[in-house]
Amino acid sequence: MTAWFKRKEKGIQTRTEEKKDTPKGLWYKSPTGKIVESDELAKNFYVSPEDDYHVRIGSKEYFEILFDDKFKELDEDLTAKDPLKFEDTKKYTDRLKAAKEKTGLKDAVRTAVGKSMGKELVVACMDFSFIGGSMGAVVGEKIARAIDHARKKKLPFLMISKSGGARMMEAAHSLMQMAKTSAKLAQLADAGLPYISLCTDPTTGGTTASYAMLGDINISEPGALIGFAGPRIVKDTTGKELPDGFQTAEFVKEHGFLDFIVHRRDLKKKVNLYIDLITNQPLRTLEEEPVN
Amino acid sequence: MEYLEFELPIKELEDQLQKCMVIGEESEVDVTETCQKIEEKLADTKKDIYKNLTAWQRVQLSRHPNRPYTLDYINALCGDSFLELHGDRTVKDDKAMIGGLGKIGDQSFMLIGQQKGYNTKTRQYRNFGMANPEGYRKALRLMKSAEKFGLPIVTFVDTPGAYPGIEAEERGQGEAIARNILEMSRLKVPVIVVIIGEGASGGALGIGVGDKVLMLENTWYSVISPESCSSILWRSWEYKEQAAEALKLTASDMKRQKLIDEIIKEPLGGAHRDRDKTFTTVKNKIISHFEELKKLSPKELVKQRMDKYSNMGVYNG
Repeated sequence: MTAWFKRKEKGIQTRTEEKKDTPKGLWYKSPTGKIVESDELAKNFYVSPEDDYHVRIGSKEYFEILFDDKFKELDEDLTAKDPLKFEDTKKYTDRLKAAKEKTGLKDAVRTAVGKSMGKELVVACMDFSFIGGSMGAVVGEKIARAIDHARKKKLPFLMISKSGGARMMEAAHSLMQMAKTSAKLAQLADAGLPYISLCTDPTTGGTTASYAMLGDINISEPGALIGFAGPRIVKDTTGKELPDGFQTAEFVKEHGFLDFIVHRRDLKKKVNLYIDLITNQPLRTLEEEPVN
Repeated sequence: MEYLEFELPIKELEDQLQKCMVIGEESEVDVTETCQKIEEKLADTKKDIYKNLTAWQRVQLSRHPNRPYTLDYINALCGDSFLELHGDRTVKDDKAMIGGLGKIGDQSFMLIGQQKGYNTKTRQYRNFGMANPEGYRKALRLMKSAEKFGLPIVTFVDTPGAYPGIEAEERGQGEAIARNILEMSRLKVPVIVVIIGEGASGGALGIGVGDKVLMLENTWYSVISPESCSSILWRSWEYKEQAAEALKLTASDMKRQKLIDEIIKEPLGGAHRDRDKTFTTVKNKIISHFEELKKLSPKELVKQRMDKYSNMGVYNG
């Protein structure tokens, strides 16, 4: 042993709370172990450049990707009530409060209208960080109102699902949001307006069994988990080994439920290509950003 | 380019011409006259062979390995605008049946068709153009979507038949085709059907009910393939040529029987001999028929289609 790493001064002790950490979020490590700088990641549509892993993102990022610049948020002040005085290990009201503080969001979906490639589009986007993207009365109502807005203004509607399913703390009120949103989508269909459902990682439970599967086209991102019952439940109930890639977007497409899987970098372009084609409008082109 | 058996005299002359030209390039001998003679003979032979094609020879041409398939037409007609859509929303995405949206000129179309492969691997992947029930259900889903948004539909028919498999029967191959035929008869948007290769029976008709049904010159369309017909009625595969004649399955036969609306001419030797020309012809036909059909109201369109199919069949009394 050489002396160069010998501690010269004795008795140095930094307490844990005083230790300097690298600031959080400077780096991102993908599940395959690839490391990428956060800035780099944001520039790459939150997709890890080396392995194309699509990082879970929320409404803020999706709005940023899809809208040209500014957009108007709809019904942003709707917040949850606690009609059942629900309590599990925590009171629902406390859970709501904690979620709001942690995320800065008011509930698990944000809805907005703005220009995407120069034309107005209504987008509803779920946030998984807010109680697992669970669907309660606020989620249902905001989606319903966004659909109403699309009908009123005769605009296409894009729903970005990212959800563990219905919100247990609102019990059957949550369940009926499946009925409410699906009924609203029937009205949208009757009005002849396009509905695009983007299923992102994860899209499960009551979300899958309602609006997520009802698009004129259903699309997804590579590798996203999409299913009704979660993989663990299916495995425990059936006692069977699950097939490879069970409930991945690729699996779900192969089984006939997705029209295509789109890399996030092409999302805006492909969604608008579909809209132009299905509405028989001239094709818009996205101005290519210079490649560095 | 691959040659069929009856095309071998052409191949021989083309080889001779090739050799003649090589000699001309490599030596001092003047071969212009010889080459010219061969060329003339080649042109005559081609005309001779292709003008007098038998029904069976046309069946062979319809299956020519170099013949353009559905996606070749779609890519040529729509370019980058084509957006393929997948899945039947029930069980699977059938690779033998493809579909999606694309622009031909300024107009959006829903384009659907059976797809064959171009080598062993892709032929298996496409199940030799034999769709399962999910293929027909995918096609119907896309057609209903087109109807919802008022878009015209073009289908490309090229199949040796719907897939005769165990699972296909379990999932209701018959029901799937039947449903398509019924629904297509009452779609409120123009439907143009183009037979580009083989039109085998219910597997073809499952995407084949339309306002205008067009057959390329060297294609066939009937209730059964000549081989299967031979094996059932003659109890041997050997009578396929006779079966092909008897079935009256060529484009001109079908037109004469008033079971299709129009024949699309192919370049001499078949669609594959000049793909670009074939694509242009097909594109122009689709556009001109659509221009006519779009003048009709949905009600008139459906009535005309219903009447057309109601009048098919020949009988006494």
